[in-house]
Amino acid sequence: MTEPTANDTDRSLDVPAATPTETMTVAAARALRNDDVCFVGIGAPSAACNLARLTHAPDIVLIYESGTLQTRPDVLPLSIGDGELCETALTTVPVVEMFQYWLQGGRISKGFLGGAQIDRFANINTTVIGDYDRPKVRLPGGGGAPEIAGSCHEVLITARHSSRVFVETVDFVTSLGHGSGPGDRAAAGLVTAGPVLVVTDLCLMEPDAETRELVVTSLHAGVTREQVTEATGWPVRFAARVGTTPAPSAEELGVLRDLHDRTERAHAGA
Amino acid sequence: MAEIVSLRQAIATHVHDGDVVAMEGFTHLIPFAAAHEIIRQGRRDLTLIRMTPDLIYDQLIGAGCARKLVFSWGGNPGVGSLHRFRDAVEHGWPAPLELEEHSHAAMAAAFHAGAAGLPFATLRGYAGSDLRRVNDNIRTVTCPFTGEELAAVPAHRPDVGIIHAQRADRAGNVLVEGIVGVQKETVLASRRSIVTVEEVVDDLAAPSPNSVVLPAWAIDAVAVAPRGAAPSYAHGYYARDNAFYLAWDGISRDREGFEAWLREHVLDRESAGAEV
Repeated sequence: MTEPTANDTDRSLDVPAATPTETMTVAAARALRNDDVCFVGIGAPSAACNLARLTHAPDIVLIYESGTLQTRPDVLPLSIGDGELCETALTTVPVVEMFQYWLQGGRISKGFLGGAQIDRFANINTTVIGDYDRPKVRLPGGGGAPEIAGSCHEVLITARHSSRVFVETVDFVTSLGHGSGPGDRAAAGLVTAGPVLVVTDLCLMEPDAETRELVVTSLHAGVTREQVTEATGWPVRFAARVGTTPAPSAEELGVLRDLHDRTERAHAGA
Repeated sequence: MAEIVSLRQAIATHVHDGDVVAMEGFTHLIPFAAAHEIIRQGRRDLTLIRMTPDLIYDQLIGAGCARKLVFSWGGNPGVGSLHRFRDAVEHGWPAPLELEEHSHAAMAAAFHAGAAGLPFATLRGYAGSDLRRVNDNIRTVTCPFTGEELAAVPAHRPDVGIIHAQRADRAGNVLVEGIVGVQKETVLASRRSIVTVEEVVDDLAAPSPNSVVLPAWAIDAVAVAPRGAAPSYAHGYYARDNAFYLAWDGISRDREGFEAWLREHVLDRESAGAEV
């Protein structure tokens, strides 16, 4: 049913409607499957991955680069190495082993990344805004991302939609997406799929099958094409058929809000 | 063979101006007390190696100890920027900072190669990344068996490796538990090594035959520094002070605020741990 019903209206009195960020997190969580083994980036990806685990994907294996393997944190970690991750992990391995055996060894199905800049071919910049030697903004850098982008079977990206983030060309390719088009990943020596989905607070984008350019495949409920066009730094194209992302369910929102509440209390250092 | 000494003595003996220093601990067991002692002793022109510079190198950089940084991720985890690191890179304050920038996979491999006595590390990495363009130490090597081209980086061979651990026994054998990062590799890759510990005990009480134990004869100095990893954490001893990581964003944002903090919390304080 697509039309709002009396029931939905009633429920909205009890549960505040989803914020754009919540809609993004829920949409990102839905991209994960119960049988995924997922290398989790910090921040937005971490919230999405744990929401997936707490809803439709209870058996998903979450791995953080600190070496915590198959972890089930009760609150979201502030860093990729919070004690919570180690205490709730199946096992914790050395960082060398994490990158060499588990990531480079090809055992991770999905890598989940964010980025300060993402371009039309889903290349990611987390290094500098401006020139490398005279940066306008010095960002944290690559961390695990360059090899997550290369070695995970598929990559998911999540970031807030703005023309500062979604740019025509990134200032610096920290982690390779689809380069400048078809064949570039293979030419770089990669056999993995690279970015297959970008989840923003406005829409879903996927690489075009032929050009590898990101195109809009689904708009979140209530979002217009004009909004997406305005918030994208290149003349973004829309797929032949653009869907509507189903709004977050009451269950998804409830679980996510509980998770954030628990996290906030824990990090306040009571 | 490890000597059990005071932290002040360990730093005075083993860390010199101009040294290449690796202080490791991946989010966990970050050797803050040792870093503060380096700041107090006024070391200069250090080349600092660390995967995640974190608050510890933000403090060393802001205090003027560093000439060069070899790293792979320089942020305040989950919070945002390292403002002292950014000020040094963007404005050369308090001194210009040379960067050698890698990825985590390459940094871990470089420590591994250093510990293994190899000249370089190889990995399937940096594919299509501009890091290759800005770091001349990222090169390629061809597999002699398959012809595959792989990334190569020089092994890390620090003059001094410094880590923090839960405890040592009276002979100087050290137990590390929890997220063990690249701590073992750092000690074994370094020419000299210092381990700070929460406590020295009669019996190490390693919980498993596979526990991470560094033998005394692989370490140069062991120093007791209770809460020596705070505001990071020591698994089994104390939790990560996430509130301080959040507060650091404000403390470090401008130079005056940082310098006031440094004076009060580092320069005017006594060295951690007892004199031996």
